[in-house]
Formats: sequence, structure tokens, C-alpha cells
Amino acid sequence: MTTTSTSPGRSFADAPGSGKTVALFAACANDVMFPQAPIATTRLLERLGCRVVFPKKQTCCGQPLVNTGYYDETVPIVRNFAKAFEGYDYVVAPSGSCVGAVRHQHQMLADHAKDPGLRRDVDAVVAATFDISEFLVDVLGVTDVGAYFPHVVTYHPTCHSLRVAHVGDKPMRLLQAVRGITIKDLPDADRCCGFGGTFALKNPDVSVAMAADKARNVASTGAEYLVAGDNLCLLNISGVLGRQQSGIRPIHLVEVLASTEEES
Amino acid sequence: MSKKLPVVTSRGGTVEPPRLTPAPPPGRLIDSPRFPAQAKVELGNPVQRKNLHHAMTTIRDKRARVAGELDNWEDLRLAGEAIKNRTLRHLDTYLVQLEENLTAAGTEVHWARDAEEANRIIVGLVEASLGETREVVKIKSMATQEIDMNEALEEAGIAAWETDLAELIVQLGHDRPSHILVPAIHRNRSEVREIFNAEMGTYGRPAPEGLDTEPKNLAGAARLHLREKFLRSKVAISGANFMVADTGTLVIVESEGNGRMCLTLADTLISVVGIEKIVPSVEDLEVFLQLLPRSSTGERMNPYTSMWTGPASGDGPQTMHVVLIDNGRTQVLSDPKGREALRCIRCSACINVCPVYEKVGGHAYGSVYPGPIGAVLTPQLRGVTSAVDASLPYASTLCGACFDVCPVRIPLPDLLVHMRHKVVEGKKAKGGVHTESAIMKATGRMFSHPRLWAAAVNAGALGGKALTGRVKHFGPLPWPLSKWTNARDVPIPPTESFRAWYARTHHEDGSLK
Amino acid sequence: MSTEARDAILGRVRAALADLPPLTPEADTPVAWTYGQPRALDNILDQFEDRIIDYRAAFERCTPATLAEHVVGALQTYGTASVVLPSGLPRSISDAVAAAGLEVRLDEPQLTRIELDATSAVVTTCAVAAAETGTIMLDHGPGQGRRALSLVPDVHVCIVLADQVVSDVPEAVARIAPAIRERRPITWISGGSATSDIELSRVEGVHGPRTLHVLLVDGS
Repeated sequence: MTTTSTSPGRSFADAPGSGKTVALFAACANDVMFPQAPIATTRLLERLGCRVVFPKKQTCCGQPLVNTGYYDETVPIVRNFAKAFEGYDYVVAPSGSCVGAVRHQHQMLADHAKDPGLRRDVDAVVAATFDISEFLVDVLGVTDVGAYFPHVVTYHPTCHSLRVAHVGDKPMRLLQAVRGITIKDLPDADRCCGFGGTFALKNPDVSVAMAADKARNVASTGAEYLVAGDNLCLLNISGVLGRQQSGIRPIHLVEVLASTEEES
Repeated sequence: MSKKLPVVTSRGGTVEPPRLTPAPPPGRLIDSPRFPAQAKVELGNPVQRKNLHHAMTTIRDKRARVAGELDNWEDLRLAGEAIKNRTLRHLDTYLVQLEENLTAAGTEVHWARDAEEANRIIVGLVEASLGETREVVKIKSMATQEIDMNEALEEAGIAAWETDLAELIVQLGHDRPSHILVPAIHRNRSEVREIFNAEMGTYGRPAPEGLDTEPKNLAGAARLHLREKFLRSKVAISGANFMVADTGTLVIVESEGNGRMCLTLADTLISVVGIEKIVPSVEDLEVFLQLLPRSSTGERMNPYTSMWTGPASGDGPQTMHVVLIDNGRTQVLSDPKGREALRCIRCSACINVCPVYEKVGGHAYGSVYPGPIGAVLTPQLRGVTSAVDASLPYASTLCGACFDVCPVRIPLPDLLVHMRHKVVEGKKAKGGVHTESAIMKATGRMFSHPRLWAAAVNAGALGGKALTGRVKHFGPLPWPLSKWTNARDVPIPPTESFRAWYARTHHEDGSLK
Repeated sequence: MSTEARDAILGRVRAALADLPPLTPEADTPVAWTYGQPRALDNILDQFEDRIIDYRAAFERCTPATLAEHVVGALQTYGTASVVLPSGLPRSISDAVAAAGLEVRLDEPQLTRIELDATSAVVTTCAVAAAETGTIMLDHGPGQGRRALSLVPDVHVCIVLADQVVSDVPEAVARIAPAIRERRPITWISGGSATSDIELSRVEGVHGPRTLHVLLVDGS
């Protein structure tokens, strides 16, 4: 692909996403703290020809509660999620972790609620939910998304994207197709950064010790940017990197993919 | 029975009688501090951290290499899972079959509901078989750790000698195991030398003069120290890795040969085994004896495996007992989800790959089973009422590395979450107000009412606007956010939320404004 | 003996499993595994050799005609003074060992633990071997002796016949299973005794024989 597009929504006729409507699941933390990631998702998908809608009833995937053990409190969140995204062919999120939670936990919670109707709704939504990297590679069939990012980066595959959502090597294939990019191998890349949701609050000392290891490995690559598909993992690692004044900037995978030559 | 009683002194006071074996640290494991508190203590031990990092990295790499050699590794895992599921779902049938075949082969079978009953049986059996030397030699066994058998024997005036090198280091070091496979992994070679030099002479053959820190020479010192104990042993105590229901065969997988010494040289053999350690048939061993060594020590095969089916004429112990212990296992079995943890074959792959374990080591878990399997199994075996047990399911980031390496595909992350749910249910049942449940309830309400959430998002952006231009990052914040910010910077919230941006730039149907 | 604990535990197990359908184990939980299958290896004997050497054990090939001299050669390499020869070992071996001037000890009547501990070496045959894992299996039949014989002396010379070597564990378990069903004790040996208990640094030779010397007898 050689065409690049700068303004959101200006799609090209033979674009891979042409005719597809995507319901964007921004993920709660992105919505309030890291809007750049869902903005980049919107711009990228529109550049590839998709229509991107934002169902306003969406809130959270429920992961912070269910992973702390609060099942009953999560069931209404699952119900809300199924309702908010009902009827869409594609629900796409810039978060391997949130997609993993939807895919791996919503059915269990519907069963916990002993609600077959909810289970049916959840089954439908789960089948339609994708991490942005999966949607690009598996549904749109692209790895070269026309991005340009002339920087040295290293990529941290977040645990839930890797081992719950199972995005595999898709993020790396997308990154490798970015023009101008230099990708440095991250030592012990698949080791956890120590975030773990409430783990960081319940076990702060261990969490920081793990994040420090990850930060050390990131710093050892000499990269300008640390790339990952989950902003909360980036927040955790970059929090330590920032305290160390390393100068390495965190960036979401989709922000790299949305970057174009014209912008830079 | 010569139970040791306190000695009354001339001044009327009492003193503890002298011990036969080195005293372990005082206190019971179940009274250990909560995981986060003990983890903090362990993190402060730089030597241990270095030892653990080195050891865990090595063993992880070895496991990955030898598991990767077999093109049917995933099929083996699926078979291991299925065979163990079959066993557990029909455990009554297999237990009865096992008992029949053990008995037919000449092994006496005993049943113990809990640790206390198991120890009473074992002490009785040992008393009946001892010679003049009131001691037994032991093969490393998690079941005997779990019931704290050594201390029960010590109480009865019987010395139980650990013969696995690492267990010997732990025992002589007045220490506790920190790992189920390599119990002294928290110690380095210099520490081992110090322990051997200081303690071996008190309990038998002293360490050789001028012992250095070469592992080969340290192992040589253990060989000499233990050989005299093997050669005079009358009674040996073991666990078992597998019990074969259709033959009554017990299987022990080991490396050093201490197991073979115990299994071969003693006159009486007592095997203490959890009721879940059954495989239905001899043929099933082909699956587990591929899965276990590769997952455990990262070897294609462990150096020695022993199988025995009752006493063999003219070869080894002529009196054999098996003590089948429940000790909480039927409680685990009664939970349709939790029972998956009973598939565990104690390989330690989940521990070796766990990033949390690598930081803190096994002592932080207050349990004989540390790491992910300990965090799901121990609170099921002991319940979630003690402070440490209620904290264990949270001792994980849920990173999922443990499931990927588990040879019997125990869904450890799911079980950790399941146990967290049990902890929460336990708190709710007790009643009262908890900060955490209040926060979770409020959060749940907000996330299930889109308008409440939208308002919160707007408030967040307002906060961001108020701080614009003043700071780039938050430094340390007050509690509870201090738990996060004590070591990490936090960016200030953006001035515009995503939903505000979308509403400003898009119509609801996705077309651009 | 009271059956109170037994009955209580079996009762607890049955109560714990009350949620499950009343099916046979086989119908309830299928196991998708075909037992006893060979593993595809380029050359079984080469693989076996590779694995034995990988365990840092000694390995030599010989023919039936040269076996006895290889046994003697191995024993002399390790400076053996005395050797225990289990009954059932080929006569040619015991003759050659005796002719070389080594002290031969027989286990009839059984040697005491102390006598065995003071014996330098043992020579045994085996029952089965698995190439992929370099595992030698003893069922302690003729030529293999009781278990202590291949454990207490410090040198173990083990004779493996080429047709005893199969590809991997499943084939080997299938071959050794009849001996287990006959209630014979079984010992699997994969290299010499070893430990990695100190800093995970592997040390060969702890309690078992510190030297394992494998002689593969290939008739071809």
C-alpha cells in the first residue's frame, strides 16, 4: 500500500475497510486518561475505509472488579457491555487486556449469574470483539497500514494480549511494516511488567520490583519509544522509567500505526 | 512409646528436652504474615533475590528447550489433563482399586483424614519397626511436609533425616523449604558451606576439613554424611509421584539416588501419599514420565525412577505401608472449578515461570506450596480464614505464564480469580463494612450506569484542565494512591476525554462533522 | 484395623463428586492418546548414544565377541579393585573379569550393606532402553541383580543389547509393563546420579554410582 491519508474519514474506494462499520470500544482508562489511543484507532480505521461509531452506553469491560473477586458486582457491567455493543459486526478496542477480559470472562460471568439470555447476548458480542491488531490483520487482511514512524522503538507484548486475547505476532507484523521504524529486541519481552490491575495496589513492593526489571530491560535497548498494546502496562513501566528520567517515551501501538509521513 | 516430655529441673522449672534434629524456625506456617508483608521482607534480601533470579532464569530456559523438542508436547499436555480428570472424577473407584492391588501385593494400606491422624499412624508404624537407633531416613516428599511429619516424629523421640541434598541443607540450616523441587534455592554455595561446616558434626559425620564452595565438593560432603545413615537405616519414609491403581505400583522420580538408597536399603518402607496421586493404569506412566521431568528439572528424563509393587523377595524392604492422606483434598474435590488444581503433579514449572515468585521466593507464601499452585491449592486445602491464606490468591499479576507451562493444563489464572471470589464471598458472609467492597460496589454501580460513568469521565477532564500548564507528572501522592506513586510518576489527566473528542468531531452515525 | 477413616474418606470423595453424571470413567472422560507409539528418530542407536553422552556418562559400542574385553577394560579404567557380578550374567564375562585379576564378589549369599559399600563396581545387563531420553530400564531379572547391587558400588558398567533399545518412553513402557504387572521392582537410569540443588549447578554423582559406563552390544 502506498497511499496515505491524513484527514480522518477520507477513505479510499478500494480501502480494505470499505463498507465495514466498527463499534469502537475505547476502554474506560483510555476514555478518561489516554484518549490518544482511541483517537488514533478512529483515525486509522477511517483511513482504511471503515465507518467508526462510538456507542455511548459503553463503560468498562469489568476486569478490575472480576479480577479482584467481585463477581456479583461485575455482572451488571457485563450486561451493560452486551447491550451497548449489541448488533455490531465488529467491536474493536485498542487494548489486548480488555478484549481478553471480554473474551475470557464475560461468558463465565453470565453463567455465574445463571442467566441464559445474558449468555446468548454475551456469546454474540464476544464473537464480534477484536483487539485492533487482530482486526487489522485478520479481518481487514492488512499488515502495512501506510504508517510512517521514523524512530527507534522496542515492543513489550503485554501479558493479556499475549496469553488471554492471544494476539500472537500480529502487533509485531504490523510494526515491522511501518516505514522508517527501527525495532530493537526487548530482553525478556514476555515477562510481566508487574502491573496486574489491583496487584499493583495490593502488592505494591513486588509490583515496583517487577516494573523496575522491565524498565531496566527497556532502557537497555536504547529505544526512543516503548510500544505496547495496553496503556495501563505502559503507565506502569513508564512511571518507573519517568522516575529514572530515562527519556524513553511510552506510546500505544495504534498511535504508531496511525502516524503518517504528512503528520511528521 | 517414649514420648518426649519436658524435663523438670532441680529448681522446679521445666526445660525443653534436647532435640534430636535441628530445630526449624519457630511458629506454624498458617500463622505467617499476609503475603504482601512477608514479600516486602523477602524483597529486602539482595542475596536471595540474586540467587532466585539466576536459578529461575536457568531452569525456565531448560524447561522451554526440552519441552520444545517434542513435536507432540501439546498432545501430551492434553492427555495428562484428561487422565488426571478421569482419575479425579472417579476417585472413589480408583482408590478402592488401588487399595485392593496394594493389599494383594503385600502392602498394608492405612487411611488418614487429616495431618494429626496421619502422624499418629506414622509414629505408630515407625515405633513398631525401629531398631536401637531411633531414626528414620526420608525421601523428599511434599505430603510429609504438608503434615509436618518430622516434628511429629521429633515429639515422639524419633529423628527423621532428610536425605535429599536441598532438604538436608534446609534441615541443617534450621530453615524452611522455599521451593517444592529445589527447596534450598534461596541459598548460594557459600551459605551451604557455612551450614555444613557448622552443623554436620553435631548430627553425624562432620564436613571434611577445608571444604570449599564447589557444588561438587559440597555434594560430596553430603554423600559422606548421609551414607552412614543409609547403611544403618531400618525404616525409610517416602512419598510417591504416582500410584498405579490397576497394579498397586508406587513410582518415585528423583535425581540423586537418595531415594533409591531409602527404597532399597531399609527393612521397612512407609509411603505417605495424597489420595489424588493416582493414575489408572501402568500405561498412563508413558504420558506422565514424559511430562514430569521435562516440566520439572528441564531434563529429558530424571536420573532415577523407581517403581515397586509390594515387597520383592530378597530385594529391599520386606515390610511396606502406604498411608493415604486426605488432609483437605476432598474439600478441594468438592468444588467443581477448584478441583482442577488436584491434577497437579508437583513439577514446579508454574513456580519457576512466575515473575512474582522470582522476586520474593517461597517463604513469602506461608505455605509448603509456593507460587501459583500454592496460591490456589493452599487456600483450598486450609480454607481462606487465616490472614495469609486470604492474601495468597492475590499474590499474582494474572500474567498467565503459569498456565502455558503447566503439564496438566491447570487453569491457574482462572483458579486464582476463582479463589479471590471465594475470599470476597467469605468477607461478605462475615458482614461488616470493608473499604474494598465499598469501593468495588460503587465502581460496579458506576460502570453499569453509563450516565454516571460519562459524568465521571467529564470530571476527570475537568481535573486535567485545572492542572494544565502547572505540572507534567504527579510525583508522590497521598495514600492510597501513594502505593502507586511512591515509585512511579503519573501523567496528569488529559483536558479532553475521548468521548468528548468524538462528540466534537463525529456525528453519532460515525460521519464526520 | 478400623475402617472408620477409610469409610469417611471414601464417603467424602463420593459426596464431593455428587455433581457428576453416573458414567463409567471411560465414557465420562475420553483420553485422546494412542499408547505405546514409537517416536520417529533418524537412528535409534545413535540417538541413544548421543543422550548417554549428553548425561556425561561413558559410552562404548562393542560386539558380542568383544563384550567381555570391553567390560574388563572399563573396570580397569576406573581402577576397580572389586566387582560384584549378579547371577545370570554371561559366563564369558565373569571368566574374563576373574582372569584379569579383579576380585569378583557374588551376591549368593547376599552381601551385607557394609560389604556392598566396600565393593568398587558392579556389572549388570538391563531389560529395555529408550533412545530419546537415554534411559536404561532394569527389571532386576537375571544378570541385573537386586536393586542395591546397581546402587551402592561407585561404578556401574551396564550392558545394553541393541535390540533392547526402543525409540522413546511410550514404547519402553509397553515393553516393561509386563514386568511391572509381575510385581517386579523396576529401576530407570538416565545418566548417573546428579543434583542441581546448589544454585542449579549440575553435579554428577551424589548417592548412586558416580560413574555409569554403558556398553552397547550391536550384533551387526
